[in-house]
Amino acid sequence: MINFRYSRAGDVADAVRQIASEPRAKFVAGGTNLLDLMKYEVERPGHLIDISRLPLTGIEETASGRVRIGALVPNSDLAYHPLIEERYPMLSSAIRAGASQQLRNMASTGGNLLQRTRCSYFYDVATPCNKREPGSGCSAIDGHNRMHAILGTSEACIATHPSDMCVALAALEANVNVAGPAGERVIAFADFHRLPGDTPQRDTNLEPNEIITAIELPARGFAQNYTYIKIRDRLSYAFALVSVAAALELEGKNIKEARLALGGIAHKPWRDENAEAALRGQNATRDTFKRAADILLSGAKAYAHNAFKIELARRAIVRALTQAAQGTPQSQSNKKVL
Amino acid sequence: MAAYIGTPTSRVDGRAKVTGEAKYAAEFNSDGLVYGAIVTSTIAKGRIKRLDASAAKRVDGVLDVLTHENRPHMADADQAWKDDVAPEKGSPFRPLYDDGIRFSRQPIALVLAREWEIAVFAATLLDVEYASEAHVTDLYAERDKAFVVEKPAKPRGDAPRAYAASEVRHEDEYFVPVEHHNPMELFAATVVWEGGGKLTVYDKTQGVQNVQRYVCSAFNKKPEDVRVVSAFMGGGFGAGLRPQYEVALAVLGALALQRSVRVVLSRAQMYGLGYRPATIERLAVGASKDGTLNAMTHEATAVTSEYEDFSRNDTGWGGVLYNSPNVNFVHRLARLDVSTPCDMRAPGAATGVYGLESAMDELAVALKLDPVELRLKSYSDRDRNEDRPYTSKQLRECYAQGAAAFGWSRRNPEPRSMRDGKELVGWGMASGVWEALQMPAAARIVLTANGHADVSCAASDIGTGTYTILAQVAADALGLPIENISVKLGDSTLPDAPVEGGSWMAASASHAVIATAEEVRTELLAAAKTIENSPLADAKAEDVVLADGKIMSKHDQSRAVSITDIMRHSGADRILKEKKHEFGEDSSHARNTHSAVFVEVKIDEELGIIRVTRVVSAVAAGRILNTKTAASQIIGGVVWGIGMALHEETVFDHRFGRIMNANIAEYHVPVNADIHDIKVIFVDEPDEKINKLGVKGVGEIGIVGVPAAIANAVYHATGTRVRDLPITLDKVLG
Amino acid sequence: MPTSTAPDADTSLPGKIPITLTVNGTEAQLQLSPWVSLLDALRDRLNLTGTKKGCDHGQCGACTVIVDGRRVLSCLTLAVMKDGAKVTTVEGLASGGTLHPVQQAFIDQDAFQCGYCTSGQICSAVALIAEGRAKSADEIRELMSGNICRCGAYPNIVAAIQQAMGRA
Repeated sequence: MINFRYSRAGDVADAVRQIASEPRAKFVAGGTNLLDLMKYEVERPGHLIDISRLPLTGIEETASGRVRIGALVPNSDLAYHPLIEERYPMLSSAIRAGASQQLRNMASTGGNLLQRTRCSYFYDVATPCNKREPGSGCSAIDGHNRMHAILGTSEACIATHPSDMCVALAALEANVNVAGPAGERVIAFADFHRLPGDTPQRDTNLEPNEIITAIELPARGFAQNYTYIKIRDRLSYAFALVSVAAALELEGKNIKEARLALGGIAHKPWRDENAEAALRGQNATRDTFKRAADILLSGAKAYAHNAFKIELARRAIVRALTQAAQGTPQSQSNKKVL
Repeated sequence: MAAYIGTPTSRVDGRAKVTGEAKYAAEFNSDGLVYGAIVTSTIAKGRIKRLDASAAKRVDGVLDVLTHENRPHMADADQAWKDDVAPEKGSPFRPLYDDGIRFSRQPIALVLAREWEIAVFAATLLDVEYASEAHVTDLYAERDKAFVVEKPAKPRGDAPRAYAASEVRHEDEYFVPVEHHNPMELFAATVVWEGGGKLTVYDKTQGVQNVQRYVCSAFNKKPEDVRVVSAFMGGGFGAGLRPQYEVALAVLGALALQRSVRVVLSRAQMYGLGYRPATIERLAVGASKDGTLNAMTHEATAVTSEYEDFSRNDTGWGGVLYNSPNVNFVHRLARLDVSTPCDMRAPGAATGVYGLESAMDELAVALKLDPVELRLKSYSDRDRNEDRPYTSKQLRECYAQGAAAFGWSRRNPEPRSMRDGKELVGWGMASGVWEALQMPAAARIVLTANGHADVSCAASDIGTGTYTILAQVAADALGLPIENISVKLGDSTLPDAPVEGGSWMAASASHAVIATAEEVRTELLAAAKTIENSPLADAKAEDVVLADGKIMSKHDQSRAVSITDIMRHSGADRILKEKKHEFGEDSSHARNTHSAVFVEVKIDEELGIIRVTRVVSAVAAGRILNTKTAASQIIGGVVWGIGMALHEETVFDHRFGRIMNANIAEYHVPVNADIHDIKVIFVDEPDEKINKLGVKGVGEIGIVGVPAAIANAVYHATGTRVRDLPITLDKVLG
Repeated sequence: MPTSTAPDADTSLPGKIPITLTVNGTEAQLQLSPWVSLLDALRDRLNLTGTKKGCDHGQCGACTVIVDGRRVLSCLTLAVMKDGAKVTTVEGLASGGTLHPVQQAFIDQDAFQCGYCTSGQICSAVALIAEGRAKSADEIRELMSGNICRCGAYPNIVAAIQQAMGRA
């Protein structure tokens, strides 16, 4: 870990002011990802601005029926909050599928969005990585890429986004509220994370001098028909090979509204409007689900070690939609997939 | 006499461990302690062209940066670096010796600073330039150049010919990747500079005296000037059998600064230590139609380093387990640009028996024979490799009791025939075998007049339960309540013990305690006889026992004298005895432990998710000294077997010659959610031949057989035979 | 890629910051550089070595302590960020000579071997019971999965937690 200065932000405005004046500064809240990366010398900030004491810890319903989650709400508090468990159980489930209870107790809601990839080349400063060192090359494309992306990849980077929570937030069409020197703005979740393109060093469209203040969830929570399935190499405490957040609104057998987001397969939580459109208005049958899966994966591209993810994702989508349609969401404790 | 032996006594060191009082190597804080941070190579082969530490040395608080250019003197001769368990052939690695790079993550510098964080920061400031050379880290790329190493199990008959003539045959290869021990404790050494050239070394090691001798010979120190302590060790599993480089670096730092120094490896740096070598197991087994084994060939090809020949017995187990008239065993090594492999839980057997018992399952499938039946058909009452009987072998009982507890008779042999909803159910089994080894060891007993005894020995308790079993054995041998026994271990100044490994410590150390207790008893008897009108005046040594704090006649318990009375009479406040115990040389019998492992897996048919829902491990390992801690050893071994079967793999990028999952997030070991019902059965196995107590040891046998049983269960569930570990879900996605 | 250091590399040390931690009920005043983890503050500065360092990267759970009532990983916590916090470590669980029920249950059920993950397991289990979310064995397994035990004592750990919950 390199030397860095430390300061505390008094309020959001102060945080924005501080980060604007320090080009090598970073915010720290839960620290679960940043400190890990600093210890590996992947992140080398010259200054940490502690935002953990800012009053961004509320979870409240807004006048318009939306739910506003403060950026510093710990992941575990969010997962177990009665309002979230009742109205957005898919979000609750996705959070509980990730990391461990200790990490969820530490990690903040805003920080979860900013998690960096688990690509092993990104983590090892002895190897080339365009995300860590732009222009140095991507070691994963011709290397170990079993964990890597099958959709939205580029010649520069095939890393995946590691979050579970974000997969559910994508499906729920959350908004990200941010504050910066120019004031506040709202970023739609779909626009928050980026595909690697030729700038894989940029994970998100958050500007370096902006701070996430809240996540807002639309009123629609899909509390009846939803699931979150995470498939990984051991039964807990591992990153996803493939994960699926599926949410439906049904009228009898007919799908009125559908949301489908995948984790572990792309540089961002992956949603496909065409796949969702293929579900809307259709009967909730296995064939319908298969069609949606085929659409979502139609552009998938495999590398040497991750071809299995395409078929695995296809089956996981079908299973998740089946669970959602049946109203039998996946337990995150009993590892038998229903 | 056996109030404690054989009981489920709770660990006597339990309180120290649950309160945080037990201290491990990096936990001895001393005034003025200096912290050492290690810098390791980023290339796999070549040399250091330039190493500039000037920026690091400018950091306030940095005391020195040691490299091959400025380190204190250390021995040049290979012999000086050969520890007790070093491979016979080769030139042991020594850190900071020269500019050569032999493997990726080789230590190249030690930054010494007054605070840990300062050392770590300064380590980021080193400027290193390498001259790289072409490296090879892929076993398959070097396989053709592998050379044969001699192994004890010799060929018999003509296996190739018998195989060709067999009515039913199976031949294939099975692969075990490199695996790392990943004990929870980071490798660490704290060297306390005692002044006058004396060092106290707190090291993470399974053998304090091995490290003591190593430090003395590598750094030309007198034996009396180096004391090595490892009272508690946060997991070894073989990783700490040989002295590791943290201790050499910490000693170098202490010698350079003449101060106390602590060196702690990072988790990533621990991937530059030893490991279970990647091994290709080639099996060819042939039988007649009724399942009688006729031919067995087992060839293993394993990784070693460029600088040492490490190998264990992967082959030969088939000759211990089964009766095949024609066998051929070949072991080969391939040299790669990696660090030297080392022992890892049941070295050789965990890998070799995985291949053997997978092949036996495939043969059973080909024969349409129940896998247990096949094994019973060729059951051997003799060690066929050496053509000698066993001291005991209750493997038949293991099969019977294990199968009954598991419900094996309800198995439908057809693959994919058993289901539970969306999951395919698979039942598989395998045999396990390990050696029952025993070594010379010594113990000291100090018995005081108040009926307390201090028992000590240099042996390490790496979590195996040595403190507890020695307290039980001593309590029984001295006739005292266990609360009156205190056991001291893991200090090189204590009576001699071998390194803790190979499952030999229970037998070795417990017999040292028994032998020493006999000396105590002899002295007590002699003293008791001097008492006027002694009730034991004419008693012979073999006629008395120690019980209830007294020495008493075996034949008449009323003829007894209390320890307190003897001491009071003789005027001594204590009796001190130290005795080295050696087992008689006897190669007339084979000494082995055995197991039968039965496994249930449930596999999501579409998604491939594999769950090990039930394991029954029936073990025959002689007398079990402590049924609680021994069961824990077996459970632990089963968990290791589950990890080996489903999770564990050290992933190399051969382009960089570098391990890419050098952490404990992406190197998967089982977590709590992966582990379900594990039932341990200790089959009754009286053994009067092996040693006085009939003890065989249980540290290794628990893992052996488990990976094969799981692989066999996966086949039974899915119809897919996976022959390369780990069995990750992508390999069973239909 | 060889690491390369500019000749003018910043070699300055960060300033120390005064903080107060209440550890196991005792207030401690510390002067710490910001890069000191709570784990190293406990082990190296306060000599509370019961809390273990198993990976230093949040991957093993050995460093689990309870901060302001929540189980967290002390290795990924900067001590200066916890100024004013109440910290409970394994050393603070027993009262007088009496072990905490979880500690006693770990001994009774042989829920450890080498003992190195044990402090983290026990702190995690104490917090798990307080959280009150784990009822079934499956829930205990899942919510204890952030604590790796390489010795493989998991079944006994689950049994110990069930014992401490009073339903052994």
